[in-house]
Amino acid sequence: MIPELGHFALILALCVAIVQGVLPLVGAQLGYRSWIALARPAAQAQFVFVALAFACLVYAFVQNDFSVRYVAMQSNSLLPMMYRVSAVWGGHEGSMLLWVLILAVWSLAVSIFSKNLPDDMVARVVAVMGLISVGFYLFVILTSNPFDRLLPAALDGRDLNPLLQDPGLIIHPPMLYMGYVGFSVAFAFAIAALLSGRMDTAWARWSRPWTTVAWLFLTLGIGLGSWWAYYELGWGGWWFWDPVENASFMPWLMGTALIHSLAATEKRGSFKNWTVLLAIFTFSLSLLGTFLVRSGVLTSVHAFATDPERGAFILMLLVLTIGISLALFAWRAPKVGLGGRFSLVSREAALLTNNVLLIVACAAVLLGTLYPLLLDSLDVGKISVGPPYFDAVFLPLMAPAVFLMAVGPIARWKQASIPDIVTRLRWAAVVSLVMGLLTPILMGEWGAIRSLGFTMAFWVMSSVFLIIRERVIKSKNTGNVFNKIIALPNSFLGMCAAHFGVAVFIIGVTMVTSYEIEKDMRMEVGDTVALGGYDFVFEGVSQVKGPNYTAHRGQVVVKKDGELETVLFPEKRIYTVQTMPMTEAAIDTGFTRDLYVSLGEPVSNGAWSVRIYYKPFVDWIWGGTFIMALGGLLAVTDRRYRLVSRVAQALKTKKTKDKLVDAKGSAVTQES
Amino acid sequence: MKARHKRLMFIVVGLGGLSVAAALVFNAFQSNMVFFFSPSDVQASQAPANHDFRLGGLVEEGSMKREDDGLTVHFVVTDRAQTIPVIFTGILPDLFGEGQGVVAQGRLNDDGVFIAHEVLAKHDESYMPPEVQDAMERAKQATSASLVSSESK
Repeated sequence: MIPELGHFALILALCVAIVQGVLPLVGAQLGYRSWIALARPAAQAQFVFVALAFACLVYAFVQNDFSVRYVAMQSNSLLPMMYRVSAVWGGHEGSMLLWVLILAVWSLAVSIFSKNLPDDMVARVVAVMGLISVGFYLFVILTSNPFDRLLPAALDGRDLNPLLQDPGLIIHPPMLYMGYVGFSVAFAFAIAALLSGRMDTAWARWSRPWTTVAWLFLTLGIGLGSWWAYYELGWGGWWFWDPVENASFMPWLMGTALIHSLAATEKRGSFKNWTVLLAIFTFSLSLLGTFLVRSGVLTSVHAFATDPERGAFILMLLVLTIGISLALFAWRAPKVGLGGRFSLVSREAALLTNNVLLIVACAAVLLGTLYPLLLDSLDVGKISVGPPYFDAVFLPLMAPAVFLMAVGPIARWKQASIPDIVTRLRWAAVVSLVMGLLTPILMGEWGAIRSLGFTMAFWVMSSVFLIIRERVIKSKNTGNVFNKIIALPNSFLGMCAAHFGVAVFIIGVTMVTSYEIEKDMRMEVGDTVALGGYDFVFEGVSQVKGPNYTAHRGQVVVKKDGELETVLFPEKRIYTVQTMPMTEAAIDTGFTRDLYVSLGEPVSNGAWSVRIYYKPFVDWIWGGTFIMALGGLLAVTDRRYRLVSRVAQALKTKKTKDKLVDAKGSAVTQES
Repeated sequence: MKARHKRLMFIVVGLGGLSVAAALVFNAFQSNMVFFFSPSDVQASQAPANHDFRLGGLVEEGSMKREDDGLTVHFVVTDRAQTIPVIFTGILPDLFGEGQGVVAQGRLNDDGVFIAHEVLAKHDESYMPPEVQDAMERAKQATSASLVSSESK
């Protein structure tokens, strides 16, 4: 009964989405007030219905209703409760339901937090999102219905893939989807701008916080995914350039370009066309990612060709979205080139260059991801391009981008002078060069690329310090330095935090790629091995039993200078239902290093093959990602967005006054 | 006049940068492409001699031997038509086993032994790497084709 209710709610949600997608859009074009007014309630009703459908599916999982095919495929009565809930999005059907739910959440958010956007703008934005919803509801209902019954019902379920039975995987997909789907808001704003012909700085100001929020969720989602791969896959890598990872990384690169281009559009009115185009591409890449992951095309191009129903549907949605929006762009885009004029040396030029670098990087990832698929589908040959390709491409593209990360925020808009930039950044240059040379020597081994990595990281860090210092000196606020920093605009601080996060990330990556120590070896009980200044003593393996698995649990005592540091318990689990072996690594996390031990196989009487890693600064990689996301959060809490969203109408009269204030504290004109 | 010069400058700088980037990307792509071959392909000398490639097939039953160091593993990869001996040193992925599909990356040594430096994992036990599936089918077709042709003689 409950699953049927869910199915029915899903169909109702589709019907409401059709209303939401069509009437407000037509109303906005023709000026029908009552149709425009439908946008908000429709978005809210749609959310209620899809949330109900989702709740029904969760209920089926919690109740172990194995008469529902999807539950029988993904769950098991022995599965712990929290994994039963996360199993809802552990498979194809459920994760698509999560996709439409999150799209509805974003529509709901737009309908609530847009109190003083012009009504016709809200109507268009919400309607475009409604149309996207329609496409995906049809997809779920026609090709991937999670409520399909299984008759006769299964006695027990096939269990969730053990790899997914992990706390990291409970929150990773929702975060990632919040990001992916969140770019639909930026996309809808871009389409609304094309339809209405309104594409001014106010438009950029409306769409900017939404884009930033989507970006911060995607950043968190990718970070979590990478962290999960690190501890769950058992060989300590944090990024594999796997097509599934690339599918989420491409929208991130394009989205990063988009938030920077939006900054220029909001502040200077420049790059309008460019910004709209980026918004379209970013969301298209999110759809492409969904296609790659959900169509099965990655597992096998040929499986896709023989059973193309799902893949073809998403591909059609993708082609429709890109086709219609690009056609609209060609037809309606304002014919004003780059907008405001600026010189070759200016903040606009720096932002534009960084944009191009990010897009080239994105195109390189696209090539490396799609070209093998293309060759395969044409039966020309099977190739793969692994990490060496991506590494070779990324370093030379990102080095100049990181260099410009320090220059951009310090350069003036419109016209900057090189001597001025050099003077203001000279200390950053000195510090970064010295640290870049010294850090590798301190770490014990010098190398050109690692030295470049450290130089880049310290370059960005010290430039962040310098721009904050400049602002503090200029600050009219009273009080100590801390008060003055707090008083700076949040969007500026957010930019600083995000850039600082990039620097932290670079340190983590450079450290771990340059100085990690890995050892695979055979260890007898009582064997000791020294690694990275620690002694690892293997004390044997015992049998343990978990709720739905049995495991060999190793015990490794770690000592430093004879003192006990920690005891690690790596496991080799066999999940009973799927009889699938899983390596569960044991990690001792530290600020400057991780100790990572995982079990290989039993070799002979009590001896095991064991893998031990010493990973310096590896947590800085995710720490950096987290700081980047935090920067995004800080930026959207900026006062000017709140000003706009709450009291814009009332403040109209005060606007002239504000402008005076803006002009006085050059702060505002220099924000990112 | 000046504005035109400036725009020209922008375009020249932009195009220059883009073509450098494109050259870089394609060069990296060319030099890092790794091809996939089945044991039959390798026996037919299609695989490159001094370049990494991927070898895929099934791990032949009873072929797996471990050296005393506990880490060096010898096994044979087959597509049921031809076989290639493989040596790998390190910890094998969870789902590696005899009779299972496998993809290894490495190169051939002078004795025709494939020295793998990476053995790729599968993510669940029912999943066959698509390359392996394809290689098995091609080998099967080739053998049945040769059977047919020998019969027709």
